[in-house]
Amino acid sequence: MKSDERYEIRFSGSGGQGIITAAVVMADGVGAYDNQHVCQTQSYGPEARGGKSKAEVVISGSPIDYPKALRVDLLLAMTQAACDAYFSDIKSDGLLVVDSDLVKQLPTSRSVSIPFTQIAKEKIGRELVANMVALGAVGFLCGQVSLEGLEKALLSRVPKGTEQINSEALHAGIEEAKKINFDLLPKSVFSEWEDEL
Amino acid sequence: MESINESERKKILLQGNEAIVAGALAAGCRFFAGYPITPASEISEILSVKLPEVGGTFIQMEDEIASMGAVIGASLAGVKAMTATSGPGFSLIQENLGYGCIAEVPCVIVNVMRGGPSTGLPTSPSQGDVQMTRWGTHGDHPIIVLAVSSVADCFSVTIKAFNLSEKYRIPVIILSDEVVAHTRESVTLPDQDQIRIFDRVKPDVPSDWYKPYADNNRGVPDMAAFGDGYRHHVTGLVHDEKGFPTQDSQEIDKFLRRIHTKISKGFQDIQITKTHLMEDAEVCVIAYGSVARSALRAVRDARKLGVKAGLVQLVTLFPFPRKAVDTYLRQCRVVIVPEMNMGQMSREIGRVNQAGCRIVKHNRIDGQLITPEEILKHLTTV
Repeated sequence: MKSDERYEIRFSGSGGQGIITAAVVMADGVGAYDNQHVCQTQSYGPEARGGKSKAEVVISGSPIDYPKALRVDLLLAMTQAACDAYFSDIKSDGLLVVDSDLVKQLPTSRSVSIPFTQIAKEKIGRELVANMVALGAVGFLCGQVSLEGLEKALLSRVPKGTEQINSEALHAGIEEAKKINFDLLPKSVFSEWEDEL
Repeated sequence: MESINESERKKILLQGNEAIVAGALAAGCRFFAGYPITPASEISEILSVKLPEVGGTFIQMEDEIASMGAVIGASLAGVKAMTATSGPGFSLIQENLGYGCIAEVPCVIVNVMRGGPSTGLPTSPSQGDVQMTRWGTHGDHPIIVLAVSSVADCFSVTIKAFNLSEKYRIPVIILSDEVVAHTRESVTLPDQDQIRIFDRVKPDVPSDWYKPYADNNRGVPDMAAFGDGYRHHVTGLVHDEKGFPTQDSQEIDKFLRRIHTKISKGFQDIQITKTHLMEDAEVCVIAYGSVARSALRAVRDARKLGVKAGLVQLVTLFPFPRKAVDTYLRQCRVVIVPEMNMGQMSREIGRVNQAGCRIVKHNRIDGQLITPEEILKHLTTV
């Protein structure tokens, strides 16, 4: 990445899914362990619990001016509502990552569908850690953070006694993301629409 | 994979409010009294844990009037003290803030701005309290107001606020906003031995000779702490050199002029501005707080489009940095002033605009941060 370029990730879903926690761990991994500049912001309001929840991480090689996302490189959507609301903010060569059980209608083929919540429930045994499964996948797919740093950040921020399941969840997410073949994805999130035009 | 060495780990991820706490502790703050309020609550919350760890005192008071009273009391007892609040609490603070001004009590007040008036918009950013910091408490008084725009700022400006309050014996207000308060950024904090700390000057004369409000070459009287063995009368009434109420017009004039001139003598020290790309700028943005970050982005984007744009960021809002602003008003064709209010700082800029520079206001009051795009639009069309 050129020093003044930005890489922007938006984590979105509904309040209670751990969206903000995932973004904070991501920011910590990038900022504290990878020595990049990072800015993390979130939607903040009384409506957040149960309503739409949004958190952003901006990464750059140089100090960050505007702290919020301008054009999103990677959008994680953990609900259909969040996907619908934020899809239009993605760059044409950006990437959409969704929970395949919760987001059924995909606005683009340039997307990665992984059943984060199901993996959390069945492989890890706690639906609660779906956010960390998603974080593992996002961490791998964005290519902006060392996975080692991400894990260290995670271990330093989760409640004591939950390190094991959170760490397992992160790794499960990373493993799922490794299976994705990027060559099969269209080059642009908008390509299908353009073909129609 | 690259191994992570310890020097890299020195970088930490902090929220703006957390960085204010870190700055306060580094500056030597050992007393906090406050009442929780969104979006300033994290400051109280974290200090309630950290202050006892360093031998300091944390008190949650019944309201902000009492909080400010406790802060003044602590400072008079010789302890660096702070409170933090948002708009509604800041209204209550005004009464005792005036007491701090007239009794010349060093202390720091953080106001994390949210939408107003009244309880307004608790979770949204705003810059609606700017003029209130200057004239919120009654009477003709000087005050120092500093604005923060990033996490790194929150740390360094808080230290500066304590230093100025100690040096000039005056309450210093830090103006933050919801965006700055809750944004997390990776920062490297300096080691304690690299931080310059200014402590109030204490008297070294025999106790019989001590006059707590006597003028000197700095205009700032030496300050004894209660318990140091010096008689020290403190009142909200206008007082003579010994601190006792006076009706003598000569004494009144002398006292009130001194508390103004002690600040004007220190303008060079107190008035802080930062500039970006101003060397050859023909149009500039004057901004402060979180909006300064949107402005910097807009200025950089404008440069890419060939517009000679620059940014003047106000760190000190009051005393208004007239001299610096005047320079740029003379240099530039147009000045754009984006604010999350209806133009509270642009009126200050207009007030000093002897050069007759064109001033374009951009005001957003819907509870959202001004975007770079909005400012860029002005930069490319003016």
